[in-house]
Amino acid sequence: MASIRNRATAQLALSPAVILLLVWMAIPLAMTLWYSFHDYQLLMPRGNAFVGFENYVYFLTDPAFLQSIGNTFVLVGSVLVITVAGGIGLALLLDQPLYGQGIVRVLIVSPFFVMPTVSALVWKNMFMNPVKGLFAWLAQVFGVAAVDWLAQVPLLSLTLIVAWGWLPFATLILLTSLQSLDTEQKEAAAMDGAGAVARFVHITLPHLARAVTVVILIQTIFLLSLFAEIFVTTNGGPGTQSTNLAYLVYSQALLRFDVGSASAGGVVAVILANILAIFLMRLVGRNLEV
Amino acid sequence: MTSGRSLLALGASLAVGIATQAAAVTLTIATVNNGDMIRMQRLAGDFRRQHPDIELQWVTLEENLLRQRVTIDVATQSGQYDVVTVGNYEVPIWAAQGWLVPLDDLGEDFAGDDLLPAIGESLSYEDKLYAAPFYAESALTVYRTDLFEKAGISMPDNPTWSFIRSAAEKLTDRESGTYGLCLRGKAGWGENMALVSTLVHSWGGRWFDMKWRPQLDSRQWQDAVSFYVDLLRNYGPPGASTNGFNENLALFQAGKCGIWIDASVAASFVTDPRQSTVADRVGFALFPTHGKLQNHGNWLWAWSFVVPAASTHVAAAKIFIEWATGQAYMRLAAAESGWAGVPPGTRQSLYASREYRQAAPFADIVLRSIQAADTHQPAVQPVPYVGGNFVSIAPYQGIGTVVGQQLSAAVAGQIPAREALAKAQYIAEREMTRARYLD
Repeated sequence: MASIRNRATAQLALSPAVILLLVWMAIPLAMTLWYSFHDYQLLMPRGNAFVGFENYVYFLTDPAFLQSIGNTFVLVGSVLVITVAGGIGLALLLDQPLYGQGIVRVLIVSPFFVMPTVSALVWKNMFMNPVKGLFAWLAQVFGVAAVDWLAQVPLLSLTLIVAWGWLPFATLILLTSLQSLDTEQKEAAAMDGAGAVARFVHITLPHLARAVTVVILIQTIFLLSLFAEIFVTTNGGPGTQSTNLAYLVYSQALLRFDVGSASAGGVVAVILANILAIFLMRLVGRNLEV
Repeated sequence: MTSGRSLLALGASLAVGIATQAAAVTLTIATVNNGDMIRMQRLAGDFRRQHPDIELQWVTLEENLLRQRVTIDVATQSGQYDVVTVGNYEVPIWAAQGWLVPLDDLGEDFAGDDLLPAIGESLSYEDKLYAAPFYAESALTVYRTDLFEKAGISMPDNPTWSFIRSAAEKLTDRESGTYGLCLRGKAGWGENMALVSTLVHSWGGRWFDMKWRPQLDSRQWQDAVSFYVDLLRNYGPPGASTNGFNENLALFQAGKCGIWIDASVAASFVTDPRQSTVADRVGFALFPTHGKLQNHGNWLWAWSFVVPAASTHVAAAKIFIEWATGQAYMRLAAAESGWAGVPPGTRQSLYASREYRQAAPFADIVLRSIQAADTHQPAVQPVPYVGGNFVSIAPYQGIGTVVGQQLSAAVAGQIPAREALAKAQYIAEREMTRARYLD
């Protein structure tokens, strides 16, 4: 009896938060859905008529659509690979006792606190600029032709910029996980004659699995909607070579002022993100239950 | 007790403050972060002295961001801004939708008949003025006289594109970091497409035929665009595909460009010794022509103020616009930064004034460029649209944006010019169909 009443109280106490969350999420989603089926172009008001799936047809057959999907996955995938591999490496190094540990850790973590727009601007103007950038200067010192990074290899450049920002996050999570690893286990394995590689593969990596899953999950959520770095550096170009789904939706809404097809694009992005989320949650569920 | 009294006093003074605020009108003005507009904000103290009852609140934004905010505000009639800065692209489109207040009743100091005819016309819809020009520009060729002398060539007053090409070839010296030619390559309908549209018009091409079919696959477009891509790739600075007006201005001022073809407003910046290292070595010529065609491309752009129909302070907004675009402002700006730096391109009286002609060596050529710009007949072939460096129809922002992206990719060397144009043609047809111009 008491427990039922308790639960009712608990639900009552929770309801404002839940309702707020629902309203916050449901209303914009409903409006996006509504717009996506109507003809709503800001510069060509034609009475917002219902147009069925026309917006979706236009968005899905946009010449940049397939490329943007591909770019989205390439960006997410390559940043994940770099940050997870690099994060494990850095975490292992930082786990060793060393002089000035505190300062080193702060320095390693600090890129995460730089705003994405700021770091992107610094990369664009101070490192990757083909005339006055650091990389161009280095190329000149070694007598090779300077690479125009953002024009010639836009996706690679973006991957580097974003990975630089996210590497500290991965390192931090993985380092805390490493520190919770029982040293006795490693010592026992060493006494049993296991080499450094065997210890890493059979003890450290399985122990890190959970942390790696968390890193992948959180980063995927943020990287799917990557925008600031693209907006500041390449503007999705040259052409549409570095346009991802988020940038494509932006260009529909704010460069072409086509609210209808931008909304359709938003809905497509939500559907894709959910499909991905289902797979990820399964992966996480399996890893976190163990 | 004392603290209670001082609290009371504070409350009273606050109340008085609020009361005076309520009596005054606050105008919210959205403007672009160009040098001339920034100076206007500095000079706004003069306006406040004349009209203490009108407060000014500035929203100063970069061009693209300004366009986004302002377009959304005006198109949804939300009335957030009382005065908005736009170009002559938007004015006829917005006026046709009934989103703007007509400005044909501005005060005496504005003197509508003093405007250059080409400018006034481009800001009118059905013979009614809907915008007041702050400064206006055409396009011209800017070049370095010292480099030309060293190379033993001289710039004709009326150059052709093939001359520009041969000159750029002679001036390019990659060792010393001097590039023969700087042109816009950054994607955007107001960036690279402004130059390319003008170039194509001067080449005899047009955006649309009389049935609104895009002409990007025509021979003129093919020739003009491959010429443009070729020029930039061979004689342009590295990273040309991301250079817009401001980037090229910085390059030219730093002495990196032999020739620069861009908006005529550049003239006062490159000759200003306070910001340009080559101020005393600059020459000017008209926008180049192609072959026997005497078409300079008809670039015409006017940054202007409009009053959205949704504004609740129309009368005060008109008073402000009259101050900012009137004849008295010219003298005010001249007193602050000299006659050469006065907002150019809008008034006949400015070009007639002796002070301006003496201070600004480029006055004549700018005036000729603006007067020569015929936005109603920009191409040799007949066109259904208005505009030289753009096409004044609503779907053009979308089309110009994506075509600009394709051409920028071609300049970056990612795709051949031919392929870029084929894609651009496909996209333009799609957008025109979606906008119901084509079936």
